[in-house]
Amino acid sequence: MHFTRRTILGGLAGLALAAAGAGSALAFPDKAVEYIIPFGPGGESDISARLQQPYFQEKFGQDLVISYKPGGGGAVGWSQLNSYAGDGYTVMGVNLPHIVIQPATKDVGYTTDGLTPIYWFHYTPDAIVVPADSQFKTLQDLIDYAKENPGKLTLSGSGKGTANHLASIRFDELAGIKSTYVAFKGTGAAVTALLGNQVMAEWGYTTVGAKQGDKVRMLAVAMDERHPLFPDVPTFQELGFDMVGGAYRGVAVPESTPEELREQWSDMIGEINADEKFQKQMIDGGFALIDVPYGEMDAFMMERKAQYLEAAKAAGIIK
Amino acid sequence: MFAEHFAQALTPLNIVFALFGVAAGTIIGSIPGLTATMAVAVLVPLTFTLDPASALILLGAIYTGAIYGGAYSAILLNTPGTPSAIATTFDGYPMAKRGDGDLAVTISCLASVVGGLVGAAFLLTLSPPLSEVALAFGPVEYFWLAIFGLSLISALSAGALAKGLMGAALGLLLSCIGVAEISADVRLTFGSQTMIGGIEVVSALIGLYCIPVLIDLVATPDRHLKVETEARGFRLAEALRLVWREKVNLIRSSVIGTVVGILPGAGGSVAGLVSYSEARRTAKPGQEYGKGEPGGIMATESANNATVGGGFIPTLVLGIPGTPPDAVILGALLVQGIRTGPQLFEAQGSIVYTFIAGLFLATALMLPVGLLIGRYAYKTIVTLPKALLVPSVAFMTIIGSYAIRNSVSDVMIMIVLGTLGWVLSRAGIAASPIVLGIILGPIAEQGFVQAWTIGSATGDLWGMFFGRPISLGIIAFTLVSLFYPLMKGRFARWRMRHAD
Repeated sequence: MHFTRRTILGGLAGLALAAAGAGSALAFPDKAVEYIIPFGPGGESDISARLQQPYFQEKFGQDLVISYKPGGGGAVGWSQLNSYAGDGYTVMGVNLPHIVIQPATKDVGYTTDGLTPIYWFHYTPDAIVVPADSQFKTLQDLIDYAKENPGKLTLSGSGKGTANHLASIRFDELAGIKSTYVAFKGTGAAVTALLGNQVMAEWGYTTVGAKQGDKVRMLAVAMDERHPLFPDVPTFQELGFDMVGGAYRGVAVPESTPEELREQWSDMIGEINADEKFQKQMIDGGFALIDVPYGEMDAFMMERKAQYLEAAKAAGIIK
Repeated sequence: MFAEHFAQALTPLNIVFALFGVAAGTIIGSIPGLTATMAVAVLVPLTFTLDPASALILLGAIYTGAIYGGAYSAILLNTPGTPSAIATTFDGYPMAKRGDGDLAVTISCLASVVGGLVGAAFLLTLSPPLSEVALAFGPVEYFWLAIFGLSLISALSAGALAKGLMGAALGLLLSCIGVAEISADVRLTFGSQTMIGGIEVVSALIGLYCIPVLIDLVATPDRHLKVETEARGFRLAEALRLVWREKVNLIRSSVIGTVVGILPGAGGSVAGLVSYSEARRTAKPGQEYGKGEPGGIMATESANNATVGGGFIPTLVLGIPGTPPDAVILGALLVQGIRTGPQLFEAQGSIVYTFIAGLFLATALMLPVGLLIGRYAYKTIVTLPKALLVPSVAFMTIIGSYAIRNSVSDVMIMIVLGTLGWVLSRAGIAASPIVLGIILGPIAEQGFVQAWTIGSATGDLWGMFFGRPISLGIIAFTLVSLFYPLMKGRFARWRMRHAD
């Protein structure tokens, strides 16, 4: 790389800005910010980013530009995250359990600890979904069927080694049943298979219940408390199964991003998450909000990693 | 009731949106690599501040325009602008080569309008029952549908079946590279990080179709396309006569396009290929598909635009996107606070009907807009000197393959595959079977694995694969399409012998 006068001047200006930034946090952001989603457009990561977009604009006065880098179930994007400049102007969506399971099973070009998540802002809680006219009225009906017919209970879900798949493994273990998990390409395809009676039930998310309304029935949701949108659907815990979880979504920055900027990003996402209008939009979409800011990141990640790796080992996905 | 919503859609502002959307979509779609999905995704933030109906009209118009725009580069450069225009190259480019590019562009516009209107009409009148079609297609039906698509190879490579099969096998192999979509296995990456994401279909498309054209342009002294000295305008009357002659083909292809559009995961490329295959199978004597037969363009272009309306059927009725651009539009709707799915038609019927009206409007506007832009595109490409044409197309291929996921490695893959494609084309292996393999491979694989898993769980593998009525129908079509060219040849020989 050649050092032209412009880059040197630019560098000096950057230093001056950084010095100013240390004094007051107001200097950031002063231009549009790129938010990379490592999946194609239209998925739940895209939708939740799109929901954040106008609030970012409104609260911080700059555009949040969403771009996509799909491939390898997110691996293509995550393996490149640290190659971006750590100036706070490029951030990327991250997903759990993806960033724990992928590097644990194979070489995908990044490691879990090599990524720098700065906030987890929501999750789509796991849920067992059946068609509205299904013979399974309650979770117990489904368990009874599976006990009488080992392996014959078919459930669709999105992908292998995913939140859906791990939930299926964990539940089979807790309930002492053997079911057949059928992986589909994305939640949309898994729902289609369910509505078309290709499978008997689906390992899906509360978002499926929100979208499909009275065409489907959720038998249980993997949350601490019932979802505000579905007050009649019990949690797994109420029914005696220790299951809380789903697909978590957050924001990560390149590892070269300085501490202050990490903190600042964490505060910004937190501020959007605290907005009541945003909260309502998310809940209406079937999402569940969580707040894991940068300061609590290490503890949260340790706990999640332990749980996912244990489930993946039990399933034989990793050794 | 619909008339009322139609009047609502026809506000001056909405007409401007529809006009802008169609024009923008057509231009984006005409550039190889900038797909309809991307056109819609890029423009989504523009719609946040609009009211929901206008936002939907704008997005629908962009989508419609982009699908149509893919025809220009297919006809004039032998490179599909979007994957849904693959089969447009089969007859479009030969027509352009012999100096009928203007006619081909006009025909593609007319066919796209017809297809779009048919799709929208189905969306308006038969949405709820047709959404059941989406659900009737299970894993095994997708598997057989992909096999049916692959059977088109035998038709495409008449006389050189072995070479066609070799190309398809190569395509299937290429489609396996990277993290497998549903089993999450990493395959054929040879330890290389860049291969984890696999071969991007659109970059492969650009490479395999565009690079050989560029190499040949540079290697031969001839002009790119034949130039006619006298101006012939749109050749609209001639095009209309041809369209009328092919009305059965046009309607059949539009219906095929609508139905394939309803199936989530299939999309415009499969719709175009299936209807092309049907048009070719039912060709009248004297029609030479693959050598510049206008019916081939009509089949593909009407079918791919019909997928727009068809794709919205499961999107709006079931909340399940029928095509990738539908997924983006679904997300945009959610941001607008509209919940799609079963309750949408009852709860927010007025928005839905205004949107459908907007889709009709956008499709109708495609006629003047498309003819004008098409005329301009044709003139530009025909009159542009080679020294300018080659670098500009080369530039577009790089931009296009980069833009798909902002990745330099996709550009590399595009160039490598393109060079490989040129070498293979010298050996008589065409690009289309390879692309067919790349597109249909994952659909076949996923359907097979899912059907096998479900069939083993219920202990009825045989019934799973061969006991379902829709599957049997598709299998029958596959056999006919596979052996038809063979039988036709036999029959012709038999007749010749008996004529003596």
